Order: sequence, then C-alpha cells, then structure tokens
Amino acid sequence: MEHMREGKKALLVMGCPEVPVQMSMVIYLTHKLTHAGYDVTVAGTDAAVKLLKAADPESYYVKKTADIDQTISDIVEKKTDFDLCFAFMHSDAGMTYGATFSAISRAKLYALVFGKNAEVLGESIDYPAEKIVAKATHNPNPLKNKIDKVVL
Amino acid sequence: MSCIEQMKYRLYLERTSFKDARDYIEKNCEEVYYVDPGYKIFKDYYIIGVPPVAMGVRGTEMLFTYVKPCHGTFVMGIDSEEEIARLRENEKKKILKSAKKGKVAEVGASTAAPASFGDLWKR
Repeated sequence: MEHMREGKKALLVMGCPEVPVQMSMVIYLTHKLTHAGYDVTVAGTDAAVKLLKAADPESYYVKKTADIDQTISDIVEKKTDFDLCFAFMHSDAGMTYGATFSAISRAKLYALVFGKNAEVLGESIDYPAEKIVAKATHNPNPLKNKIDKVVL
Repeated sequence: MSCIEQMKYRLYLERTSFKDARDYIEKNCEEVYYVDPGYKIFKDYYIIGVPPVAMGVRGTEMLFTYVKPCHGTFVMGIDSEEEIARLRENEKKKILKSAKKGKVAEVGASTAAPASFGDLWKR
C-alpha cells in the first residue's frame, strides 16, 4: 500500500495556533500520513511554525515546514502542488484560507473544523471540501476520532 | 510579511469577517470587480478569499481584502492607478472571453437547428 503512494504529496495548513488541539493534531496527522507513504509539508504563520518546531526539535515527525503565504504564492505560480490538503480552521480567517486553497490547488481538500464554534463555521463552508467537524478545543479526541475515519 | 504592509495604506475595516469585508467593498466603491483567490496585486501579495472576491475602485484608490490567520480580514485601500488599470483590463478580458464563448454556443445552436420544415418533421 505504501509503495502505491510513492511520490504523493500532502499539505497541512495550520490556522492561528491559539486553539490547543491544532498542534497535537498536526503532529498526529503528519505521522499518520508519513506512515501511509506521503511526503508531508506543514504550512503556517511564523508563530505556528515556531510552535511546531519547538515541539518537534529534531524533526522526528515533521520534516518539512513552510510559510503559508509563500506556499500560496508557489501554488499560484505553479512551482508546486499537492495531492491532498488538510486545512485546519477554527475561525473565519481559517475558513477563508481554506477557500483559497480550494480555488488554487488541484489537491483534494479536507476542511478540519474545530473549536467552540465548529458547527456554525462548518456550515459556512460552501466550497468543494470534505468537512471534518468536531467541537474540540482542549480535548483532541473528538477531532482525532474523525481524522481516523478518513480513508488515506 | 507582504510588501503591502510596508506601503502607504488606509484601513477601512479591521478584524472582521470576509463576508462583511466583501459587503463593505460592494457598498462603498464606485466600481467593483471580482477576481479569483490567488489574484496577484503589487509585487508579492496573492489575494486570500472566498470566491467571489470583490475588489473596489474609489477615485485613485483600490480597495481590497487582506486576511491574516490570527487577526481576521481587513479592508485596505492603496492609491495605485497601475493596479486599477490592471483590474479594468482583467475585466475586459473576462468579458471578451465570455462573449466569445457565447458566440461559439450560438453558432453551435444554429448549426444544430433544422434547415427546413421537412427536417423538423423528420425529427
């Protein structure tokens, strides 16, 4: 199975890092995708990438990180693209970034919606994306259980 | 950081939702154009947004949405005749493209139409 996915690329897009479940789910999902044979890049703001690097100092889980706006630029300029894209979002701004990736990339998009307003935010998504919605802020398990149901 | 933050800009809405920012542009600009997410303005800013992304013109000023993951959406205004001209040019191209498509569809429809009443009856 792993052999079949050789050369497949996945992008994880982090939103604002203020909600605790995001960082643990980014590391968890990166681990899961890497095991499934994907070449994983995690994109985010400077603050989000710093938090990630502090949690994984030897890049044991996350091998590649990128600036979120630079990633958008690279996709628009056709320097890179991905097969899968997981956009983490708990705010309107995160949802807006998800819409942008949906429009510019050929990747299959998963909208990972969490936080206390997850349901309302999930309903506002009207662009092509598979929605994974869980009202999770401190406890990662509701979101983790839904991520585990995604067939990779 | 995008070059936009180093330019001389005005902020009309701060830390709002994308929808409210779009509404502001639509209601407060003399001309409104719609672009796709990823539309490039100035040197290095690619518009982030939920389609249709509204961009406005008010005098010599271009109004657009600027999204930051931790701070929400802003409506920014920057004086730029060059960018306004590019927006208008972009719109002209879109109209031409859709007009051409319409013409092709019309031609296709007329060739498919029956040539005589006999043809019509056969059908």
